[in-house]
Amino acid sequence: MNKLEGSFELACHSSISDLLDLNESKLLPAFLKVKGLVKQHIESFNHFVETEMSNIMSANREVRSSENSDFYVRYHNIYVDMPCEIDIQGTKKIYPHECRLRDMSYSAPIRVDLECCIGNERTFEKGINIGFLPVMLRSNRCHLYKKSFCQLAKRGECPLDPGGYFIVKGVEKVILIQEQLSKNRTIVDRDPKKGYFSTVQSSTHLRKSKTSVVHKNNKFYVRLNSLTEDVNVAVLLKAMGMECDQEIVQLVGSEGMYLDAFAATLEECALFGIFTRKQALKHLSLRVRRSRMTTGSAVGDAQLILADVLLAHIPVDGLNMRTRCIYLLLMVRRIIMALNGTVPVDDKDYYGNKRLELAGTLLSLLFEDLFKHFNAELKKSVDLAFSKRNRAMRFNVVRNMPLKIITDGFLRAISTGNWTIARFGVDRGGVTAPLDRLSFISALGMMTRIYSQFEKTRKVSGPRSLQPSQWGMLCPSDTPEGESCGLVKNLALMTHITTDDDDEHLRHLAFSLGVEDINMASGEELNLPHVYVVFINGLLIGLTQHWEYILATLRKLRRSGRLSEFVSAYPNHAQRSINIASDGGRVCRPYIIVANGKSLLTHEHIRQLKEGVRDFEDFLKEGIVEYLDVNEENASLIAISEDDITPDHTHMEIEPFTLLGVCAGLVPYPHHNQSPRNTYQCAMGKQAVGIIALNQLMRFDTLNYMLVYPQCPLVITRTLELTGYTQLPAGQNAMVAVMSYSGYDIEDALILNKGSVDRGYGRCYAYRKFSTNIKTYANNMQDIVNGPPRDQEGNIPARYQLLEEDGLPAVGAEVYHRDILVNKKSPVGQYMAGSDQSTAGYQDAPLVYSNVNSARIDKVLITSNSEENFLIKIRTRDFRRPELGDKFSSRHGQKGVTGLIVDQEDMPFTDQGICPDVIMNPHGFPSRMTVGKLLELLSGKAGVLAGKFHYGTAFGGDKVEDMCRILIEYGYSYSGKEYVTSGITGEPLSAYIFFGPVFYQKLKHMVTDKMHARGHGRKAILTRQPPEGRAKDGGLRLGEMERDCLIAYGASNLLVERLMISSDEFLASVCSQCGLIADRDWCQYCKSSSFVHRLKIPYACKLLFQELISMNIIPRLRLKDL
Amino acid sequence: MDRVVNDEKPRVILGEHKITQNLPSQPTVLDEKWSLRSFKKKFRVVMVRYDENELEFDLIGIHPFLANAFRRLMLSDVPTMAIEKVHILNNTSIIQDEVLAHRLGLIPLKADPRLFEMKADPAAEGTEQDTLEFTLKIKCTNNKDSSKDSLRVEDMYKNNNVYSKHIKWVPIGKQKERLSDVGPIHPDILIAKMRPGHELDLKLIAVKSVGRDHAKFSPVATAFYRLLPDIKLLREVEGEAAERLQKCFSPGVISIRHEKGRQYAVVNDARYDTGSRNVFRYEDLKDAVAMTKIQDHFIFTVESVGALRPDVIFTESVKILKDKCLSLLDELSHV
Repeated sequence: MNKLEGSFELACHSSISDLLDLNESKLLPAFLKVKGLVKQHIESFNHFVETEMSNIMSANREVRSSENSDFYVRYHNIYVDMPCEIDIQGTKKIYPHECRLRDMSYSAPIRVDLECCIGNERTFEKGINIGFLPVMLRSNRCHLYKKSFCQLAKRGECPLDPGGYFIVKGVEKVILIQEQLSKNRTIVDRDPKKGYFSTVQSSTHLRKSKTSVVHKNNKFYVRLNSLTEDVNVAVLLKAMGMECDQEIVQLVGSEGMYLDAFAATLEECALFGIFTRKQALKHLSLRVRRSRMTTGSAVGDAQLILADVLLAHIPVDGLNMRTRCIYLLLMVRRIIMALNGTVPVDDKDYYGNKRLELAGTLLSLLFEDLFKHFNAELKKSVDLAFSKRNRAMRFNVVRNMPLKIITDGFLRAISTGNWTIARFGVDRGGVTAPLDRLSFISALGMMTRIYSQFEKTRKVSGPRSLQPSQWGMLCPSDTPEGESCGLVKNLALMTHITTDDDDEHLRHLAFSLGVEDINMASGEELNLPHVYVVFINGLLIGLTQHWEYILATLRKLRRSGRLSEFVSAYPNHAQRSINIASDGGRVCRPYIIVANGKSLLTHEHIRQLKEGVRDFEDFLKEGIVEYLDVNEENASLIAISEDDITPDHTHMEIEPFTLLGVCAGLVPYPHHNQSPRNTYQCAMGKQAVGIIALNQLMRFDTLNYMLVYPQCPLVITRTLELTGYTQLPAGQNAMVAVMSYSGYDIEDALILNKGSVDRGYGRCYAYRKFSTNIKTYANNMQDIVNGPPRDQEGNIPARYQLLEEDGLPAVGAEVYHRDILVNKKSPVGQYMAGSDQSTAGYQDAPLVYSNVNSARIDKVLITSNSEENFLIKIRTRDFRRPELGDKFSSRHGQKGVTGLIVDQEDMPFTDQGICPDVIMNPHGFPSRMTVGKLLELLSGKAGVLAGKFHYGTAFGGDKVEDMCRILIEYGYSYSGKEYVTSGITGEPLSAYIFFGPVFYQKLKHMVTDKMHARGHGRKAILTRQPPEGRAKDGGLRLGEMERDCLIAYGASNLLVERLMISSDEFLASVCSQCGLIADRDWCQYCKSSSFVHRLKIPYACKLLFQELISMNIIPRLRLKDL
Repeated sequence: MDRVVNDEKPRVILGEHKITQNLPSQPTVLDEKWSLRSFKKKFRVVMVRYDENELEFDLIGIHPFLANAFRRLMLSDVPTMAIEKVHILNNTSIIQDEVLAHRLGLIPLKADPRLFEMKADPAAEGTEQDTLEFTLKIKCTNNKDSSKDSLRVEDMYKNNNVYSKHIKWVPIGKQKERLSDVGPIHPDILIAKMRPGHELDLKLIAVKSVGRDHAKFSPVATAFYRLLPDIKLLREVEGEAAERLQKCFSPGVISIRHEKGRQYAVVNDARYDTGSRNVFRYEDLKDAVAMTKIQDHFIFTVESVGALRPDVIFTESVKILKDKCLSLLDELSHV
C-alpha cells in the first residue's frame, strides 16, 4: 500500500497542473480515515447506545406496583458494557472471532443504575444487568474500536474488515438500510383520478399517524384513519376552536385565488349548521371509528382524536390547538397553489423527501418496546410477590429481573429479521440479512445497500429511475438488474447518514434570531409576500422577514462548530419558507466551502493534512469543509473542479469520483464505458473469487472461495486503494490477445493457455463447512461420537474409511460423496430423568459429506457453544484448476466462459516471445462499447513496461496520451497492437493484434458445481416423477418449449418416451363401463370385473383423478378400441 | 515500394494496418521444386549470443513450418525431470497441500534428463532409472539467539522462509555414483513462509516427462523466433524529419549522417528493431520507409530453465524431429 502511494505521487508530480488535483485527493483518505467505509451504520449504532437508549429509559423510568403503593423502582442511568460472556466462573471478555467460531452472539450487557424503594427503605444499586445487546462490530462498544492493525490481527480479526454488522449465534448479520418517505413533512401530490391532496405522516415517540387534506367536489376535507369518512376542513377547524370564518380565510390567504378555492368549503360548513366548537365536535363524534381506546363519550373520543391523532407531531398546549389549525390551513393553501399551478406538486421520488432508516433507528424502536415489556414483566413479578400474604423473604428487585426478555428479543429480531412492534403496528420482515461473505467486495457492497419499501411487483418507473437529486449521494451504477432494479440502491463513497439530533436549541436559536412565534401571528401577516415561514424539522414555528439573515447566521454558526455539522438550512422560495432540519436519516456528504470565488481549502491546509497536524474533523470545525444534505445541496451552486469556480459558487466537490459507490469504484475508466456495463460489473464484482479477508483461513463459512494466486490489478483506481481491494484482490492480471482463435471463442467464450493454467493461473479453492452439535439432553444423556465400526474381520466399511479412532476425520484425508465425517450417535426415545440409563439405546446420527465433488479435510474444530454443548465444525477444501466452462470476467461487465484450453505451443506469440494467457474475441467490443477495457489494456501495458501501477480512476486517472507515450518510449506501437506469429503455422498473422494485460476475475460459477447428468435414479414419492435439481440427483427436464418442438416435429413416440416411460409410467386398471380407475381386476363401482382393462398412463394423471374424486368431481375415462 | 520488396527474398511487409507477404508460398520439402542441394547451399546457422541459459541463433534459408516445428518441439517435446508426486507426511504451514505440491513441481531440477527413462507405468514404484527422490523436512522455530528488540522476521524466527535450497536429494540405488550434483537449480526459490510451530515433512518424487503433459516439464522458459527485420528507406529523409524518423525505431536502427552541412537518415542495423511501426504516425514519413521482415531468416531465442544447456535443447529437438520422421516413414512402410 505504501509503495502504491509512493508511485502515485511520483506519477502526479510529473506535471505541475496535476498538483492541485493531488491536493484535494488527500482529503478523501482523510475523510475515510476518520469515518471509515461503513460510517453510517456505526454512527447510527453509537447514537443509539449513547443517546437514544437513555432517552428511552427516561421516558420509562419508573416501575410501580399496583399492590403496594410504597414500592417503586426508578432508573437513573443506563449504559452498555463491553461485550462479554457471563457464566458461573464469572465475566470474560469475548471477541468477535470467537463468537463466529463458537456460534455465539457478540453482545454486551445493558446495565442500569437504579433506585428501589420498598416501604420507607430506599436502596441504590449500580450496574445492574437487565439483558444483553448485540454489539455492532467496530462501534464504540466493540472491543475492536480504534484498534491498530496488529491488535486486530492478534484477535483473529481481519484488519481490513469494515465492521458495521452484528454476530448473532455465530452468523454475521447486517441490518439493511431502509429507505422511507420523510416523516412530519407535507407532501402535495396529485392522483390522476382523485385530484390533489396533501399528506403528512406524523411520527413522534408516542404516536404515528397519517393526516391528509383532500380536494374533492371543489371542497377540502381531512382524511384520517380514525374517522369513518372525510370531514370538512372548516368543521374540523371549528372543532379545534377556530370558530371565526374570517380568521380561517385570512390564514388560507385573502387573495382571490385562495378565496375562490376555499369558499365552497366554508359554505358547506355553514350548510351543516355548524358555527361553534360544540356543534363541530358533535358532527365529528358521529364519524369516529370505534376503537379499543375510548373515553366513554363520543364527543370525548372526537376530542381525543383531535388531540392525539390529527397532525400528531405538532405539540399542543392543552386544548389550544391553534398551531395545528395553522398547519392544516397551510396544507390547504399548498393544495390551492398546486391547483392553480403557481407551485408544482411535490416529487415523492425527490431524494430530499427520503429518510434512510439504519440499525440505530430500528434498534431503538425495538429496545423501547422490549424495555416497556421488561418493565411490565418486572411489575408483574413485583405484584405477585406483594400479593402473597406472608412473605418470608425480603423482596429483591435485582433477582426478579426478567433478563431473558431483552436478550432474547434482540437476538430473535436480528437473527430472523422480523421486526414486530405491536404498539406502532410495525411488522416488517427481511430487515436483516446474513452478511454476504462470498468476496470482500460483496461484503462491503452489502453494507452500503439501501432497500426501498416499494413493492417490487408494481410497474412504476418513478421510484426506480435515477433521480438528479441522488447525485453524489447514491451510486448511479450499482443496482441489480431485473425486478428490484432501481429499488435496491447503494450509497456513494462519501455519503453519510445523519442521526437524530435534538431540535430544542434550534428553536431557541431561531427565536433569538428574530423569528416571530407562529401563535402570535394573524393570518394576514402569514401570507404577506415578503414574509417567510420557518419550519424546524417540519414543525411550523414562526415567521420572519429576514430569511437571508437567518440562513446566513445558521450557516455561520454551523461552520464555526456552534451547531451540529449535520444541521441543514435551506430556503424554499416557491413556498416562501425556510426549512431547518436536524432529524435523522437524511443523506449528506461533505463539500469544500467556496467563498468569493475561492476555495477555502488551500495548499497550506493540505500540507498540514499530509504532515498529520490536522485531520478532517479540524477542517470541519474550522468551516473549510461542511456537510450538505440533499435539500441544501440543491440550494447551493457546486463546482466540480477548482477551474469551474465563479463568484456565484458556494461549494466545491472534494473528489468527483466519489459519486460512485464501492462496487463501481472497482471499474477502471468507468467514464469511458457504456453505462449498463458498469452496472453489470457492479453485480459481477460481488461474485469474483479472491481473498475475502485476511483471516479467511481461520474462518468457518458454509461456503467460500479462495483464489490461489490473487494479484493486485495493474490498473487501479483511487477507490480500490481506499477500500483495501489492493490488499484483498479478487482476480489476476492476464495477458490478453484480442483476436479470433479456433471458433471455440464465439459468444464471449474465452481461450485459455494451458501453459498459464499449468503455472497457476485461475486456480482456486472452494471451502465448505460441515458442523454438528454434541447435545446433552434433559435426562442427562448425551450424543456420543464413536470410532469407525468394524466387521468381524476388522475391516472398516467404505463410508467410514476416513475416520480416526476419535470418530473424526484426519486432516488431509480425501472425502467422497456420502462419506461419514463424524460418527455421531444420538440416544433413542424419551427417557425420564432418573431412569436406568444403561437400557438406553443409541441410533446413528452421523454427519455426512453431502457434496457431490470429492474434497479434502482442511480443518477440524472442536469447541463449545454458549449452551456448553460440544460443537464440531469440519472444513473441507476442494481444489480447482480452471476447466472448460468456468466463468471469467474482466472489470467491464464482459463475462465469458472458457471455450478451449490451448497448448502453449499453439498459442500465438509476439516478437518478444510472449504468448497470451487469455484470448478474447474482438466481437465483444463493438456492441458493448466498453472503451474502458481498451484503455485498461493500454494503461496496464504501459504500467508493466514502466514498472508501476497506473490509475483508471473515474473522471481522472492516467491519460491515454501519456500511456501511448510510454509505449513508444519502450519500443512498442502506440496503439497497443503487436505483430504476432501464429503458433500453429509458424507464419505471421495478417493483422496486428491488440495485446496486453487486463485484470480478469474468476467468477464463482464453476462447472464442477453444476455438471450433472443421470440415467435413472430416485423418484419423488408422491408423483413418482424424478426430482428436480442436482442436489437431489434429479432428472433433466424436458420443458414446455422442448415439448413444443417435439410436437411440431411430430416425434410422438419420443414424446411418450420422455414424458411417460422415462418418468412416471403407471399401469392403471380402468373400468370401461363407469370410466373410473378400478382396483386391479375388480371395479368396485360396477361390482364387476368384466369391463376392467389395463392401460398405461402417467402416475401423475392417476393422482389427479384421485384428487378430483376426493373433491367430488368424477373424471371418467372413455375407452375405445383402436 | 515495389522496387525494394520485389527482390528475390521472401518478405513479410509490415503495413500500417496489415501484414502482407510478397512471396507467400515458398517451396517446401513437400514440393517438387524443393531440392536438397539448393537447401544445403542456402541454409545457414549463425550463433549470435550464448549466455549460460540463453541462446540466440539465426536459422537462415529455412521454411517457417520447420522453424516452427523446432520451436514447438522445444516447448513441449524435449523431456526434463520435474517433481511429479509429493508425499505429504506433515504440513502444518498455512499453505495448502495442493498449492505446495504445485509450487514444488514448478521448481527446475538440475538433472540431465537424458540419463533417465520415461516411467512406463505411472502407478509403479520408481526405479533408479526413472525416478529421483528428494526430501524436504523443515521446521520453523523461534530464534533464541536474536536480540529481543529486533522485529524483523529474519531475526525473530529460524527457517521462516522455505527455499528450494532446503530440498535434499535422496539417491536411490546406484544413483549416487552415477549422477553428481542433483537438486534444484536455483537455491533461492521461495516455497513457503512459516511461523514457529509450522513444519514441513515431504517426500518428493521427480520423474521424466514432456512439456505437453505439464508446463513444468518444459526445458525452456520460452523458446521463440522472430523474423529478421529489414528496413529500407525509399527516399531521402533529411533535416528535422530525419531525427523524428530515428526516434520511430529502436536505438541504433537508424543513424543520421552529416554531410555538407545537411543531415540525412540512413539505415544502420535493423536487426534489433522492435517493429513498433510508430513511423506510421507521421503522415510525411509514412511513404519514406518500407518495413519488412525476411521470411526465411529466423532469429531464435531459447531461454533454458537450466536443466539442459540451450544448444542441447535445440539439438534434442532436432533429434526428436528426426525420430518422429523416421517413425512416420517406418509406419508408412508398413502400410
